[in-house]
Amino acid sequence: MSLPQEIPWLEKASSAERGAATRQDRAAPGRVNLLRISWLRPLLVSRWPQFLVRAVTLAGFVFAITAGLLGSQVGSHNFAIIFVWIAWWTALKLVFIPFGGRSWCSVCPIPLPGEWLQQGGILEKGRRFGLNLRWPKRLRNSWLQSNGFLLIGLFSALTLTDPRVTGWVLLALFALAIGLSLIFERRAFCSYICPIGGFTGIYARTAPVELRVLDNAICAAHIEKTCFQSCPWGLYPVAFRDSSACGLCMECLRACPKDNIAVNLRPFGSDLTQPGSRTRLDAAFLTLVMLGSAITFAAVFTGPWGSLKSAAFAIGSLAWLGYAVGFLALNLLALPGLFTLTVWVGHKLSGAKLPLRQMIAEQSQALLPLGLMAWIAFTVSFALPKLSYILGVVSDPFGWGRSLLGAAATRWSPDVSGFSSILQVILLFTGLLWAGRVIRQRSWPVLVFCLGYSLTMLWLLVG
Amino acid sequence: MKMIRWLQRAVQFSLPSLAVLALVVIFIPSPAAAAIPTDRTFHIEARRFEYAPATLTINPGDRVTLELTATDVVHGLSIDGYNLEVTADPGQTARLTFVASRQGSFRFRCTVTCGNMHPFMIGKLEVGRNTLLWKGITLLGLALAAGMWRLRK
Ligand code: SF4
Ligand SMILES: [Cu+2]
Repeated sequence: MSLPQEIPWLEKASSAERGAATRQDRAAPGRVNLLRISWLRPLLVSRWPQFLVRAVTLAGFVFAITAGLLGSQVGSHNFAIIFVWIAWWTALKLVFIPFGGRSWCSVCPIPLPGEWLQQGGILEKGRRFGLNLRWPKRLRNSWLQSNGFLLIGLFSALTLTDPRVTGWVLLALFALAIGLSLIFERRAFCSYICPIGGFTGIYARTAPVELRVLDNAICAAHIEKTCFQSCPWGLYPVAFRDSSACGLCMECLRACPKDNIAVNLRPFGSDLTQPGSRTRLDAAFLTLVMLGSAITFAAVFTGPWGSLKSAAFAIGSLAWLGYAVGFLALNLLALPGLFTLTVWVGHKLSGAKLPLRQMIAEQSQALLPLGLMAWIAFTVSFALPKLSYILGVVSDPFGWGRSLLGAAATRWSPDVSGFSSILQVILLFTGLLWAGRVIRQRSWPVLVFCLGYSLTMLWLLVG
Repeated sequence: MKMIRWLQRAVQFSLPSLAVLALVVIFIPSPAAAAIPTDRTFHIEARRFEYAPATLTINPGDRVTLELTATDVVHGLSIDGYNLEVTADPGQTARLTFVASRQGSFRFRCTVTCGNMHPFMIGKLEVGRNTLLWKGITLLGLALAAGMWRLRK
């Protein structure tokens, strides 16, 4: 039985540590097992509610692709742009991630066709299909996702505003997910490529939801490990040390014959302050890329600099090249460099005896609440003034000028600016406060890095 | 001794006390500026996705006239928090006069779809001191102090 060896984190954890982590989870305060709630349990255990939501998201996804490719070229009148970049993207950052971690993945349509092919059925499993190869070991990390996110940043101004391009990007994600699921086993695309998955995965560690095993010993004695066999992601719940990899699809609890799995509500940020929690360098880099992207998005989309907007938009031009160099310098040099410097200084001051690499990885956890709050603040600033577009495209999704709901639907625009700026300030304050509670080893220089970041975001958003 | 410990506890940055402090900072009224209101006129050139100048600085109470000239396609202008709108046809100049009654930093945006980046065609109207920015800086300072306090131990 070589199962547990296939899970990267498990390889690294000693058996004593594994036991400790789980026992601690069970004893941890402030957990509420949602499966104990009698009306909620059947909703999670049955495949039907999830399937219905997935059917809706899949239909919406296909519709968005169609509207993007065939509908009006004017972004603000096209369902694809407004539903993907205003409605869905806002919901992802304001609701799904902060309150549910990777919960979006449990209803995401992108991997569904591939998964159905893989398991040879939709609700029930039939004959497996596909090559079922193992994902290369060298790529079992988040470097690809970081690169994906950098690509998004480089082309964001076009992708976010051009319905055709949005349509093609969605279609490409779809094709890639299906293609990879036919070549590699399980959700290789979701775990190692999907940039959305990278985004939700790292911030899931701050979220108040977790799926965990109740009693380790029961799992150890259960030879078949049906949870592992049935996990579409190829994960083994006993090994969970944080929530970054679990897509909350609930297949494990459906497969567990011993009812040994809990879906817990927990305090915000539990994964970050837990004594044994660790991060790898690739996750630290992804975290930094998220910080850099938030700054860039805020500057391009909510700032008053017209030439920056034109540069980001005119892909291939000299101006765009300048933008690309600046963006990459920020993400590959400035932020990682500054962060490493502050960690190093803090390291020297505190006299902690850890390798620098590990210090960087550990301290980068403080950047998770910081970045999450910065993204939420940016989203509030970005999306609130545009919510009125949503009614417009519901009424006329292809932007062909035939309004289903009447002209009133397109003229509604509430004034939320005052409230929105105050909210952004409070969010950035919360982010820095929270980051300060996650920093380790009395490393105050890291706190200064966080302060600098928050001040920059503050200036970009309400300055 | 008891007194000292009590004091220590009092200044400790517990979350509820921080939240109260933060709300006080946010909602404390800021002193009104005392500049004498004047008449001001700005010529703004609007071309695809930018206003030039993009940042206008005035004092509260000023009577502001904006002369908006569109150089390529039709553009508009409306200011967040002010209920105003003006549009200018290509090559034409449109005028808008208003009294800047509200203090703070406000974004103004294009109101006529003018191309891909139209939803992000933005400028800034700064009316007096941007108190919200300063409140934000104060709050971040507070968060820094709380963090330092925790790391000190
Ligand atoms: S990782 Fe990406 S494709 Fe996979 S479920 Fe999550 S969001 Fe969807
Ligand atoms: Cu315009």
